[in-house]
Amino acid sequence: MSMNRRAASRLSSVAAVLAIGTLGLTACGSDPVTAGAEPGAAGGSGSAGGSASASDLTCAEGKLTAEGSSAQANAISEVISQYNAECGDKASIEYNPTGSGAGIKSFYNGLVDFAGSDSALKSEEKDGVVETEKAEQRCEGNPAWNLPMVVGPIAFAYNVDGVDKLVLNAEVLSQIFNGEIKTWNDPKIAKLNSGVTLPSENITVFFRSDESGTTENVTKFLAAAGEGAWTDEPGKSWTGTGEGKNKSSGVAEGVTNTKNSISYMEWSYASDNSLKIAQLDNGAGPVELTGQAVAKAVSEAEIKGSGNDLTLEVKYAGTAEGAYPALLVTYEIVCSKGLEADKTAIVKDFLSFFASADTQAGLEELGYAPLPDELRSKVETAVKAIQ
Amino acid sequence: MSVTRTGNTEALDPEQSPLEQHGDVSTPMPKLQVRSRPTVATGTSEPRTGVRLAKIRRTGDRVFFGMSTGSGVLIVLLVVFVGVFLLALALPSLLANQANFLTSREWTVSGSELRFGIAGLLWTTVLSSVVAMAIAVPIAIGVALFITQYAPRRVAGPLAFTVDLLAAVPSIIFGLWGIAVLGPLLVPTSDWLSSRLGFIPIFAPGIRSPGTVFVVSVVLAIMILPIVTAISRDVFTQTPRDHVEAALSLGATRWEMIRTAVLPYGRSGVISASMLGLGRALGETVAVMIILSKPADNSGFAPSLFAGGETFASKIANNAAEFDTPSKTGAFIASGLVLFIVTFAVNAVARIISDRGHARS
Amino acid sequence: MSVTSTDQVTFTRPSGARAVKNSLATVCVSLAAVLAIIPLVSILYSVISKGFSLIVSSGWWTLSQRGITPRREGGGIYHAVVGTVEIALICALIAVPIGVLGAIFLIEYARGKKAARIVSFTVDILSGVPSIVAALFIYALFITIFGWGRSAIATSCALVLLMLPTVLRSTEEMLKLVPDSLREAAYALGVPKWKTILRVTVPTAFSGISTGIVLGLARVMGETAPLLILVAYGQGINYSPTSDVMAALPTMINSGRDQAQQMPGYERVWGAALSLILIVMALNLLARAIARMSKLREK
Repeated sequence: MSMNRRAASRLSSVAAVLAIGTLGLTACGSDPVTAGAEPGAAGGSGSAGGSASASDLTCAEGKLTAEGSSAQANAISEVISQYNAECGDKASIEYNPTGSGAGIKSFYNGLVDFAGSDSALKSEEKDGVVETEKAEQRCEGNPAWNLPMVVGPIAFAYNVDGVDKLVLNAEVLSQIFNGEIKTWNDPKIAKLNSGVTLPSENITVFFRSDESGTTENVTKFLAAAGEGAWTDEPGKSWTGTGEGKNKSSGVAEGVTNTKNSISYMEWSYASDNSLKIAQLDNGAGPVELTGQAVAKAVSEAEIKGSGNDLTLEVKYAGTAEGAYPALLVTYEIVCSKGLEADKTAIVKDFLSFFASADTQAGLEELGYAPLPDELRSKVETAVKAIQ
Repeated sequence: MSVTRTGNTEALDPEQSPLEQHGDVSTPMPKLQVRSRPTVATGTSEPRTGVRLAKIRRTGDRVFFGMSTGSGVLIVLLVVFVGVFLLALALPSLLANQANFLTSREWTVSGSELRFGIAGLLWTTVLSSVVAMAIAVPIAIGVALFITQYAPRRVAGPLAFTVDLLAAVPSIIFGLWGIAVLGPLLVPTSDWLSSRLGFIPIFAPGIRSPGTVFVVSVVLAIMILPIVTAISRDVFTQTPRDHVEAALSLGATRWEMIRTAVLPYGRSGVISASMLGLGRALGETVAVMIILSKPADNSGFAPSLFAGGETFASKIANNAAEFDTPSKTGAFIASGLVLFIVTFAVNAVARIISDRGHARS
Repeated sequence: MSVTSTDQVTFTRPSGARAVKNSLATVCVSLAAVLAIIPLVSILYSVISKGFSLIVSSGWWTLSQRGITPRREGGGIYHAVVGTVEIALICALIAVPIGVLGAIFLIEYARGKKAARIVSFTVDILSGVPSIVAALFIYALFITIFGWGRSAIATSCALVLLMLPTVLRSTEEMLKLVPDSLREAAYALGVPKWKTILRVTVPTAFSGISTGIVLGLARVMGETAPLLILVAYGQGINYSPTSDVMAALPTMINSGRDQAQQMPGYERVWGAALSLILIVMALNLLARAIARMSKLREK
């Protein structure tokens, strides 16, 4: 028995040493990354110049947390690291892409300092909550503003052998997505693509199986511009036909690996996976998806909010020549007043950096479109007005 | 570690009163305590030792008894609480449900009107897991036999270790591997099967992408292989030596020996291992979520292996980010409860089989 | 082994049909082994070939991902390892005492009684709880009812439900194996029961118990589903288990897989996966070593 015990205690000491060893090993190396803080590293990695315009940054110190829309995650994380590079990592800003709904909830519950969302705060009651009122309470009685910051174009990516240029319009897209058009050589598609040989294969549609703001915006676009071909209520879950895949990476993967398929996804997923992107005929001729074409469509949007609340109503149908109207606008939702002073300083500084022309121009490389100038200057004004 | 634990309990001694109180509050314990004593005494060589020690023994014993009984009770309460609590949260949604919960395939939970049913989820969950088991169990038995009966020790050890390694791979990696590597490889097989056997509903042609129930089943089979193999291996090694030698001495070939000695002995163990594997497969979440294509809401019921679908777990995980209203959450919890019941039933069967096997041997 | 000896003894070799059956069985069994190895090799190959260069790169084990965007290389998994270890340790802190004490209750106090059967039955139920259901339960309790945010500690609590049955069952099995003669000897010496348990029974079964604990930890560390629901992934280092953002290796993999496949962010999925496999494997080896040492001791 004593032998047992001795062995046992030997074992336990071995285990303890191992445990402490592992812990110690990890604890010793507790370097938080400051890659963003080294201007050389950040600038060197070619992340689209935020070079010159940083002169008016105040570089306030403190800690900021934000969460929300995953659609803008790549943009904001890039901008955060650029900002940190400019400011020498004085402020710690963290953005967690937990989803728009979760972001808004965390914001009005006071868990985060601002929220990112694909839709503006709702003023009508939903499930017993009025988001604008809740947000006002959180901002100590001051309204929260929706500031459009990141414009995410939606690409219609397809995988059809031999077809390098494909033109579609909202009506045909609606019919493809609701299953009315079943084959690629359907006359309705052929009509838009004279001179292109389309295969007689069946079309495979992929959609997002998780609820998503991208789905919501696509269906909004189809419902508004589809000439009545899309009859379902726009929403976060897909009501059309097809095969559902988890997240944008899932649909991108589906299109990549499945011949004769088509899907909608954020621009960056289509371009990063080198998928072919359909041109969109907005009624005034086919438009290729470019940052400029999208910015043009955004500039046609109507500002619904009052004063510095810049809630947009995107114009999906009847846009001018050269505008690409399939897009989603993500907002930063901030308190106009009422946040702690030190945090307000960082929020203002960071958002003005975000809205600056250089930063916005750099976003195109990441698969986002820059804000059109007029709107951008309104956003800058609003950011300045935050107290 | 043993030393520290002893230290802990001794340190707890002075604070025994709250624990004692705890013991007194919950009713079953005094009874148990009374009953447990005689058994100890009779079970051992009745060491009713020194009267002087009795008092110390009683305090220490009571504390320790209270703590371990408390843990037992806590576990029971916890499980009861989990069940009741989930049911309580699911009930309002179930009552407000406009569709038949058990037979409907609809799933509309965000609007004002709740319509949801689990028929499709149940079918996909059970189909994928059962097919996974049908693939994994024969292979697992083969591997276990190979390791215990055929392979030389030099091969058996590393092989056993590598199969165990499979258990260390996180399920999300199985998902990524399944969709990127395995799925495309299986497309010809599925096409062949559906073109030959397509008249049988479960082999009917389904979707074009590799996100089929079939691919999920194969991935699940690979995922449950280690657990089924490990348990089967353990049972096979425990085959009584004399059974084996008796068979061999009667001139049996190795296979005959396995069939007459090893397999009958290990049967109940293998069956309960498969059931455990089935339970794992039923509850597997992330790999299924990544691989499986969700059919469109308006599509008809496709019972085929080569169609897409959703399992309970993948559906819950897929929508977890958007649990924004109690009624919606309730609907998902209701489906989770069904999964809970199904896996419990499977585990209970496993338990019964293994208990019977123990009783027989 | 003993086959060779029988070969020498038999006067006639097995007749045709039997011999064929025997070789057929050998082929089938070996084929099964090969079949089982193929996917494993394939998975390990994809993970190692894509992840190895990352895990040996500088800073992989010591840096976090703060400020590293999916388009950039660099950064490490320190933050995720911290989260994984912390979540698992908190989980073990709750699950191990309850599990071990519960097993002691089953074996030492209530063996063969109705109470034992009830507890044993509920443990069966618990071991059947899929991780997603455990996560839903904690979500409903902590987040819907109590209104707390998501947090690492909520994840730990959900994982307790998964770890508890593993710990309890393995402890129970080990305590069952402790010969009664040991207990009787202790009682005969007048050692009180609780002391017998702590000083004799548990130490004897110690290696088996710790194997169970380590295996339970290994299982819990690889779980993804509860983390998806209960805690948000953050790129920075966070030591506080109560805040709502904490990285863990599985969620790091999950967030990385949502990047386009050519991005360095997606590449890190494989590095993180390989690291997780290595950690879990190390735990398994530890469990094995403990088990082997106890076997040696018995001999």
